[in-house]
Amino acid sequence: MCLAIPMELKERDEYEGIVELGGVQRRVSLLLFPEAAVGDHLLIHAGFAIGRVDAEEARLTIEGLERLAAQARPT
Amino acid sequence: MTLPDRILLAHGAGGRKTRELIEELLLPSLSNEFLATLSDAAVMPPLPEGRPALTTDGFVVDPPLFPGGDLGYLSVCGTVNDLSVAGAEPLWLTWSLILEEGLETSLLRTCLEGAVRAAREAGVRIVAGDTKVVPKGKGDRLFITTAGLGVVPPGRDLGDHRVLPGDVILATGPLGDHGATIMASRHGMSGAALRSDCAPLNGLIAALLASGAEVHSLHDPTRGGALVTCHEVSARTGLRMVLEETHLPVRAEVAALCQLLGLAPVAMPCEGRALIWLKESDAPLAIEALQSHPLGRGACAIGRAEAPRKDRSPVAMRTPTGEERPLDLRAGADLPRIC
Amino acid sequence: MIAQEPFRDPRLLDALFAAIRSEAALLGRRSSFMEVCGTHTHAIAEAGLRRRLAPQVRLISGPGCPVCVTPVEYLDRAIALGRLPGVRLATFGDLFRVPSSRGSLETAAAEGLRVEVVYSPRDALALASAHPEERVVFLAVGFETTAPAIAATLAEADRLGMRNFYVLSGHKVVPPPLRLLASDPGLALDGLLLPGHVSVLTGWGIFEFLATEFGLPSAVVGFTPADILLGVLELVRQRRKGEARVTNLYGRAVRREENAEARRLMGRYFTPVDSEWRGMGVIPESGLALRPEWAERDAGLWPVTVPEPMEPAGCRCGEVLKGAISPPECPLFAAACDPDSPVGACMVSSEGTCAAWYRHERYRGEAAP
Repeated sequence: MCLAIPMELKERDEYEGIVELGGVQRRVSLLLFPEAAVGDHLLIHAGFAIGRVDAEEARLTIEGLERLAAQARPT
Repeated sequence: MTLPDRILLAHGAGGRKTRELIEELLLPSLSNEFLATLSDAAVMPPLPEGRPALTTDGFVVDPPLFPGGDLGYLSVCGTVNDLSVAGAEPLWLTWSLILEEGLETSLLRTCLEGAVRAAREAGVRIVAGDTKVVPKGKGDRLFITTAGLGVVPPGRDLGDHRVLPGDVILATGPLGDHGATIMASRHGMSGAALRSDCAPLNGLIAALLASGAEVHSLHDPTRGGALVTCHEVSARTGLRMVLEETHLPVRAEVAALCQLLGLAPVAMPCEGRALIWLKESDAPLAIEALQSHPLGRGACAIGRAEAPRKDRSPVAMRTPTGEERPLDLRAGADLPRIC
Repeated sequence: MIAQEPFRDPRLLDALFAAIRSEAALLGRRSSFMEVCGTHTHAIAEAGLRRRLAPQVRLISGPGCPVCVTPVEYLDRAIALGRLPGVRLATFGDLFRVPSSRGSLETAAAEGLRVEVVYSPRDALALASAHPEERVVFLAVGFETTAPAIAATLAEADRLGMRNFYVLSGHKVVPPPLRLLASDPGLALDGLLLPGHVSVLTGWGIFEFLATEFGLPSAVVGFTPADILLGVLELVRQRRKGEARVTNLYGRAVRREENAEARRLMGRYFTPVDSEWRGMGVIPESGLALRPEWAERDAGLWPVTVPEPMEPAGCRCGEVLKGAISPPECPLFAAACDPDSPVGACMVSSEGTCAAWYRHERYRGEAAP
């Protein structure tokens, strides 16, 4: 479990927001993540934002993968 | 105009109200010399040379209005396309309505206009029709049933019996647009670029067949999408269908929608695309012919038919790493999931 | 846009496989790692990771599919509730085709049961609003990723003054069964891949006991092939170095601390109870029930006759869920039991271990674990 998809928060009011991925928009509840700010990439599960995806951390993970690939030598 | 805002039971009773419905709403749009007689049956001129082809279909999709079309437009396209993929040139359609008491007349009018538009685009004529009204609660707004008659020209023989190992599989455009648009509408999601691909394909298929490419079989991937179509062809031919993941044309919005609902683009219905099995060496010729037509701009190869292997699944997806992933018949088609 | 493609890039995946191979070679013995999240099961099967990691690393699927671990009695009760006059059920799609003692929600719907598949519990709330004369019962299954969503929906129902919305809670929480599995000598686990999205809500701190009490290397990982392989690499490394830590490899989404608002809502609406896990029996404090002050929302309290639960004969879902056997070792697998005519929940749920094996791994000639 569980399908949670990162979507960008485009606009919000007190309880809800409009999130978008690949041009598809959906209205979701922000009750579980009230601190969401427009521009955040939110993890959406069952119609709720449950947290944020941190772009910087994502970048670091990808960099780590690239370093690993650079170290790997064909045997 | 004496038509009320909503359809009444009396509109299906056969009396004055039925006549009003036909003469004020249906006939002006659908008029042609066959329908105008309003007789019990349409007596048609002799068919052109070739083998007659007949198809029937029911249209119940919810919602009846969606970006890119409506139930009426869909009903004509679907019927035309069934005939076209059988290799027939579609000629005449019947168009039968079951209306729920209380249906907004404006919705009926929109669907009627959609059907007329599709018939005009396809160059077919609706020559017979019927209208029934059922009590409120006994029908979901409107159901449309059609029958379509076409002719397969002499010398043309398309079908799965002609599919061979090594045949290339083409798609005439991106997959899943219709299904994704419907699912988005049902689940309160919107997307500026989510639009049904609903369209009549007879012109596109005529262009393909005129190119001289050796086409073996054609299908329109409706219910269950390309996935079900490939399973059906596999079951009928005994061959494996292997799709190339990196080559599958899927628009970004459709991919996003599928991700959100836990669905697979390859299993989403299309209503304006064809899948083509043809001789491998003729694929470039066929693609060129398709891409020259407005409805075929996105045409590309998506896989091939292969000889059966006991240790491999009948339908599979080749992943970017070169490995095969079995494509199960039920994989990610219809129920949105959270897991 | 957060780039997704690198996490599926074959070049990067190849590098990960190579790194895992080297570490495993240095370790010199086979490792058995368990994942406990249905979405991980599905991702591993889909990407064919199990076969490429064998034989040095053996991946076992544990009780990670909430639908699969829900005992048959829950569905029997749900169907019985749905048959009461004026009741409409709302359910996640995952539950719709799962067999109960007699038929599924799908077959019951064909017989007239009013049940709707929804994507979100909020859609069920909308149903309640659209049908004020009906009692809408939401079938609440899922782990800590989903339970807060139901708690938040209950809060919204209260805020809107919606009286006809009810919940049948089948929620469960992840740490208690992990405790059981970690101490099961028959399983001989060498490490755990921990659920990434549960951890978004709970914080990864709740899993520290796996390392401190049981000495099990553990990694919280995301759901792409690269994320999962990063986890496997970490676990093999820890083993090689003789370490045991809980490492968070899903830093872009997971913190050590919990989501505070989710915790607040969960605490307001739910209380831990003992609950039965298919195949594992009753595990103390492993389920979530509505707190007594919300009794008027609790459909589990309605008096309804539930027939004696019947586990399908020959079904070994329980052992599959514990990771004690792999799906092909169940005599029904791919014979009497397949996705079109499933006998047990493991086969019908899209995240079920048996479904994942059937769909993806049946053809690869998977080496018997």
